[in-house]
Amino acid sequence: MDFQYTEEQRMIRDMVRDFAEAEIAPKAEEVDQSGRFPEETFAQMGPLGILGLPISEEYGGAGADTISYALAVEEIGKACGGTGLSYAASVSLGAGPLDSFGTKAQKEEYLVPIVKGEALGSFGLTEPNAGSDAGGTKTTATLQGDRYVINGEKCWITNATYAKAVIITAVSGKKANGDNKISAFIVPTDAEGFKITRPYDKMGVRASDTTELVLTDVEVPEENILGDPDKGFGQFLHTLDGGRISIGALALGIAEGAYQKALAYAHERKQFGAPIGKFQAIQFKLADMAMEIDLARTMVHKAAWLKDQKKRFKKEAAFAKLYASEMSTRVCNQALQIHGGSGYMREYGIERMLRDTKLMEIGEGTSEIQRMVISREIGCP
Amino acid sequence: MNIYVVMKRTFDTEEKVEINDGVIDEEGAEFVINPYDEYAIEEAIVLKETHGGEVTVVTVGDEEAEKELRTALAMGADKAVLLDTEDLDGEMDHYTISEMLGAYFQDKAYDIILGGNVAVDDGAGQTAPRLAEKLGINQLTTITKLDIEGTTATIERDIEGDQEIVEAELPLLVTCQQGLNEPRYPSLPGIMKAKKKPLDTLDLDDLDLDEDDLEAKTKTVDRFLPPEKEAGKKLEGEPAEQVEELVNLLRNEAKVI
Ligand SMILES: Cc1cc2nc3c(=O)[nH]c(=O)nc-3n(C[C@H](O)[C@H](O)[C@H](O)COP(=O)(O)OP(=O)(O)OC[C@H]3O[C@@H](n4cnc5c(N)ncnc54)[C@H](O)[C@@H]3O)c2cc1C
Ligand SMILES: Cc1cc2nc3c(=O)[nH]c(=O)nc-3n(C[C@H](O)[C@H](O)[C@H](O)COP(=O)(O)OP(=O)(O)OC[C@H]3O[C@@H](n4cnc5c(N)ncnc54)[C@H](O)[C@@H]3O)c2cc1C
Repeated sequence: MDFQYTEEQRMIRDMVRDFAEAEIAPKAEEVDQSGRFPEETFAQMGPLGILGLPISEEYGGAGADTISYALAVEEIGKACGGTGLSYAASVSLGAGPLDSFGTKAQKEEYLVPIVKGEALGSFGLTEPNAGSDAGGTKTTATLQGDRYVINGEKCWITNATYAKAVIITAVSGKKANGDNKISAFIVPTDAEGFKITRPYDKMGVRASDTTELVLTDVEVPEENILGDPDKGFGQFLHTLDGGRISIGALALGIAEGAYQKALAYAHERKQFGAPIGKFQAIQFKLADMAMEIDLARTMVHKAAWLKDQKKRFKKEAAFAKLYASEMSTRVCNQALQIHGGSGYMREYGIERMLRDTKLMEIGEGTSEIQRMVISREIGCP
Repeated sequence: MNIYVVMKRTFDTEEKVEINDGVIDEEGAEFVINPYDEYAIEEAIVLKETHGGEVTVVTVGDEEAEKELRTALAMGADKAVLLDTEDLDGEMDHYTISEMLGAYFQDKAYDIILGGNVAVDDGAGQTAPRLAEKLGINQLTTITKLDIEGTTATIERDIEGDQEIVEAELPLLVTCQQGLNEPRYPSLPGIMKAKKKPLDTLDLDDLDLDEDDLEAKTKTVDRFLPPEKEAGKKLEGEPAEQVEELVNLLRNEAKVI
């Protein structure tokens, strides 16, 4: 067993850290307050290869491993949770399934632009009446001649405004047992009848682009089906397993950012004639934060390592996502507490981290859903 | 064009540095490419992009310095060379390092050698100029602009806030100052390629050097951090009173007037 990063992993982390500190962190407050999507940041990330980090070299990616990717997400999340969410969604949910299940032609058409930073990756699963219960998808795709006609509505879909195509799940027929068959379709965002709007005012991750999709008789050619038409649903579950590692890493990054601020503040802030970090009540909070962050990082990296080794990682990805996200909310909350009244003020950036990180307990499978996955994996009756 | 960079691994002076008994605590320190050497690496890669050729980055240090060499390769350098100090037991100084570099460059064909203006750890700015002396080639320090046409370099130098424009013939050694360029981030594909690029390690035998020839010319007596800044004093009252108090303090406490 080796807990050391490889030279490559370390270099990737350092590079993304330098980039995030210089280019992302300085505008985190502005993009949070305005809810502006920092398009220019993504334009910079493309040429540096960050957007194609774990994607195969054949399609312009860097072919780095999942641990490197987790390190990159952590560093970006530390600088800005909203930017981190759009990054993780583009890579894990947008580019990931194209890379895993796409045909050569699909990859050339839709994956390469994501890797280059010309378009973001986007994945539309959630619907107003199908959230945790993704199998309850109401969107339909009907084959007419050699084209599918798609009708339905998707909500809270990350990155669609800046995507060339959204991968959308829809009911495409019935299985032998009478259940709905769910398939994935690559739907170009300029297709007729495809309406993308941004009607939401979010609590956190406000820089991230969150959209509503309405599809009215949207036609796509038959070849736009992604992967095996009969296994669409299984593919998403696989995609989400991978995505969970990145959400764990993102939560970790936000927690690390809040902890570092709290530790610094505990040195600077004096009350009762001493830095508050001299009080055991504060020391113990910081000790717990440091420990929980490191435990979460170990779990995130273990899940990533299993994925890289092509071993089963479903349970570990759920552990990582669940523990890291709940840990991060605790850590941000305690970091705010250590800041006292200052923490409640915007200028310290802590309240933003707490708002941002709350999403990590909801997106890509709520904490309750993670516990369901784990219960199933450990063989509960 | 044969382009060389002499690079130093230093601790990051923007992070916390601890000194115990006159020795820097390496465990707690973060290490980086000396920031001025990053300008040198960037400029070397720009030269290669403009004129073609090859960039070789050379450092004197131990195995740990391979990390910084790999980073330079990830930025776009072609080759890296580590002049290993493992066999050296005694203290090293700028003399030691420039002698080792000098031995390395003796049989090399170089058009230009770039280095940093100073290293941020000891701030001496000695190694590169000593190397140029040893090689008997032209040298220009603290450069902020570099153009090469044929075998002539046109260079702007930072001279205490003013600019000086100088022409010099290759082969040439320059040291790079802030303002010369913006060092690039190593790209992801660059990082992935770096591990396949050559990184050679040469020891004293390879350089035909003897430990006795490299004995430091200086001795470090002590190292310590600057004293902590004391809290300031806030003057109160009407402006006239404050002025009176200030003059009083400058005269009687600070004793500067
Ligand atoms: C900012 C943001 C970005 C998003 N980006 C995307 C995206 O890019 N693509 C996409 O497809 N979706 C996206 N989503 C949607 C997200 O994945 C869903 O919000 C999430 O899956 C939960 O679904 P829901 O909101 O409908 O909650 P619900 O499913 O309605 O859940 C409500 C509550 O009930 C609990 N619950 C539900 N079922 C059970 C059960 N069986 N047992 C116990 N408890 C249960 C849940 O845990 C939760 O606490 C995004 C959401 C947000 C807020
Ligand atoms: C929206 C808002 C409205 C407010 N309204 C008012 C108002 O109307 N009037 C008013 O007077 N004030 C008001 N306040 C100030 C508020 O009462 C203070 O913020 C609060 O008392 C905490 O003080 P502090 O922010 O200076 O934190 P600090 O005292 O600096 O505390 C920082 C952290 O250190 C901890 N700490 C401090 N000392 C110790 C110790 N000895 N042992 C262990 N832990 C310690 C604290 O619990 C906290 O976690 C308001 C604050 C806010 C945010």
